[in-house]
Amino acid sequence: MTAPLLTVGNLRIETVRTGAKVVDDVSFAIQRGEFLAMVGESGSGKTAAARAILGLLPTGLVRTAGQILLDGEDLATASPKRMRALRGPAVGMVFQEPMVSLNPAISIGAQMAEGLALHERISRREIRRRCLDMLARVQIRDPESTFDAYPHEFSGGMRQRIMLASVMLLKPKLLIADEPTTALDTLTQREVLDLMVALARDHGTSVMLITHNLGLVARYAQRAVVLRQGRLIETGGASQILSAPREACTRQLVEALPRRGISSARQAKSEPLVSVRALKVEFGGRQRLFRRAAGVSAVNGVDLDIGAGETVAVVGGSGSGKTTLGRAMLRLVPAAGGEIRFRGKEVTTRPDREFRLASQLVFQDPYSSLDPRMRVGEIVAEPLRHVPELTSAERDRRVEAMLEEVGLAGFGQRWPHELSGGQRQRIAIARAIVRRPSFVVADEPVSALDMTIQAQVLRLFERLQTQYGFACLFISHDLAAVEQVADRVVVMQGGRIVEQGARDDIFDRPQHDYTKALLAAAPVLDFSGPASLQASG
Amino acid sequence: MRMRANTAIGGALMALVLGAAVTAAFWTPFDPLRVNLRARLQPPSSLYWLGTDEFGRDVLSRVMAGAATSVVVALLTVALAIAVGVMVGVVTGYLRGWTDRIIMAVNDALLAFPGILLALAVMIVVGANKFGLVLALGLAYIPSVARVVRGTVLSIREKEYIEASRVIGNSELYSMLRHVLPNAVAPVAVLATSMFGWVLLAESALSFLGLGVPPPAPTWGNMLAASRPYMESAVWLGMAPGLCIALTLLGINLLGDSLRDRLDPRMAHG
Repeated sequence: MTAPLLTVGNLRIETVRTGAKVVDDVSFAIQRGEFLAMVGESGSGKTAAARAILGLLPTGLVRTAGQILLDGEDLATASPKRMRALRGPAVGMVFQEPMVSLNPAISIGAQMAEGLALHERISRREIRRRCLDMLARVQIRDPESTFDAYPHEFSGGMRQRIMLASVMLLKPKLLIADEPTTALDTLTQREVLDLMVALARDHGTSVMLITHNLGLVARYAQRAVVLRQGRLIETGGASQILSAPREACTRQLVEALPRRGISSARQAKSEPLVSVRALKVEFGGRQRLFRRAAGVSAVNGVDLDIGAGETVAVVGGSGSGKTTLGRAMLRLVPAAGGEIRFRGKEVTTRPDREFRLASQLVFQDPYSSLDPRMRVGEIVAEPLRHVPELTSAERDRRVEAMLEEVGLAGFGQRWPHELSGGQRQRIAIARAIVRRPSFVVADEPVSALDMTIQAQVLRLFERLQTQYGFACLFISHDLAAVEQVADRVVVMQGGRIVEQGARDDIFDRPQHDYTKALLAAAPVLDFSGPASLQASG
Repeated sequence: MRMRANTAIGGALMALVLGAAVTAAFWTPFDPLRVNLRARLQPPSSLYWLGTDEFGRDVLSRVMAGAATSVVVALLTVALAIAVGVMVGVVTGYLRGWTDRIIMAVNDALLAFPGILLALAVMIVVGANKFGLVLALGLAYIPSVARVVRGTVLSIREKEYIEASRVIGNSELYSMLRHVLPNAVAPVAVLATSMFGWVLLAESALSFLGLGVPPPAPTWGNMLAASRPYMESAVWLGMAPGLCIALTLLGINLLGDSLRDRLDPRMAHG
């Protein structure tokens, strides 16, 4: 094999203030045209290591040792001017958040042209032509009008493609993609990554994919590097690492992947707890001076029954209306038509105290769902305000017991900002469960969390459900998580239910094309190596 | 450590000002209103520590007496503007809809007037005295407070913990008071401290136009205004009230910062 494209040797990154090692003695190499995955949980230093390659460490972090050889040139000692010349043509980067990585005030075309104008001496017409070609290459419909459009006109998946297009325009030798699809739903994730692989092959670009999703590693990467707490744990072929991890903590990561649970004995009772008929939710168009512009239906004629103690999973891509369905079932968004019954009682329009007190919601983002100015104990105690028969001593005991249930005993006096994402989500779950609800809507409760934390939170959720027997509407785009917890699965597309059935039926014998596409796009471990590299060629 | 220094310096300055104001109620070196034409425009000396003004009144005595008026007027004005402005801002920002539109239309109309002009109009109606001044300046500053608070509330109400509060079954009023209001404190605290400064200066501007606290009662504002003709011949006349205003502002800003940090659990351990 020829000399590797990039060699990172004994890299060490420390925080300026405390000298804590964020990345400690990490070495790895990337061959030309290779797809390398860097795997690790948040805080494992994978992003810092990648940014060090570009010389773009955030303030507060500093590289204290090690060398970074790109094509034989040491980037660690390169001048800032030389680094600027290398960023773009030599090393490109795609970021995690497509919603904020494009400048909202500049048109797509102008942003794409920036790089070309900076690094290549070509005419404006030539720049425009190359941008249009690249937009067409990333399968943007109508590149001409996209060129003059602004970022807000595009969805997350489209923006990530545009981002990819503008990076690949310079034909970098190395593309660093930092969790490029974490914010996207499964179908879009697959499209974007397939595109990335195809583009990389076109230009002979090496790819370094930073991810915590082992399913993606299995599908795309040839080799993988596993980091944990700044240290290199394991490096080797992707399929070897996944099928036969040598190190304990790699094994832990692999085992954290959700697996199908035992088919539960929970059966829908004759009388459903919550039942929804022909539910319709519309989002009003913009309010004009005298009338409202025509609305968009987010949920369009949904029928759904949820039995007591049952877990019904709603899956679908972003924009399928699954979140709106959950909100509407809790009457947080008004229904435009249809009816919602709770224990046989109509609750669609009338505020119903019993329903309100018996239903709860767990949010996706544990960072914004807890009031930053309340202590954890107060947050968990708040729902008990509406249980008047409890004395304050009983209430305190109940809160303490609930915190213990979720594995956070003695956290009552802490503030939310002192907790990790997983701990916050446990608090959010505790708040939802503490009043013993009979119906809980969980809106992507684990998709903001790391894999190992996801596994813990899902297990906790399952245990609590067995213990307290609440029914659950589990909204998710992550089929793996759904497979673990759901009794029944409902597949939504464009505001309608396209397929529903028992979990095993949906997963093993999908009928609808959309369900099949979702299942095919789901990154799962099949140990057959990076199939798509060869297959999609 | 830095925060403690802020608190200490700010606290000391404010204690000095408030101390002077309280002392002035019982004792001042001279009667701040006594005219002594034989001792006109004396520079600072061992007898008159800060000199005398064009009527021979002791500047130190007047600064002390003025502290009471100026600080009380500024505090009351800020309190009035914040109380009403926060209420309006929270209600409109939280309820949205027609309430919001109507109240904000009025608010924006008021914002369109320069604050001092608005205050002038009110002063003419209620007359030139201490409480007229508080009312006038308070009214003039309510719209900007309401605007800032409404903006903050608009962003807070979209947070998921507000929705969580609704799912819990809390009433809108409770959610507003328990979740929205505390999270809107930081910008309000910043606004209040900077407003304190504007009010002190606005009071002097109104005094300058003859609409503030009427002479001969001293305020820092009218002392500053009165010193203008003597800027070159008697520098100390303008220096004393000017420094008082500056130091009070410094003190209240330092205190405001440390208060804001203290109130924010995310900063309290920093």
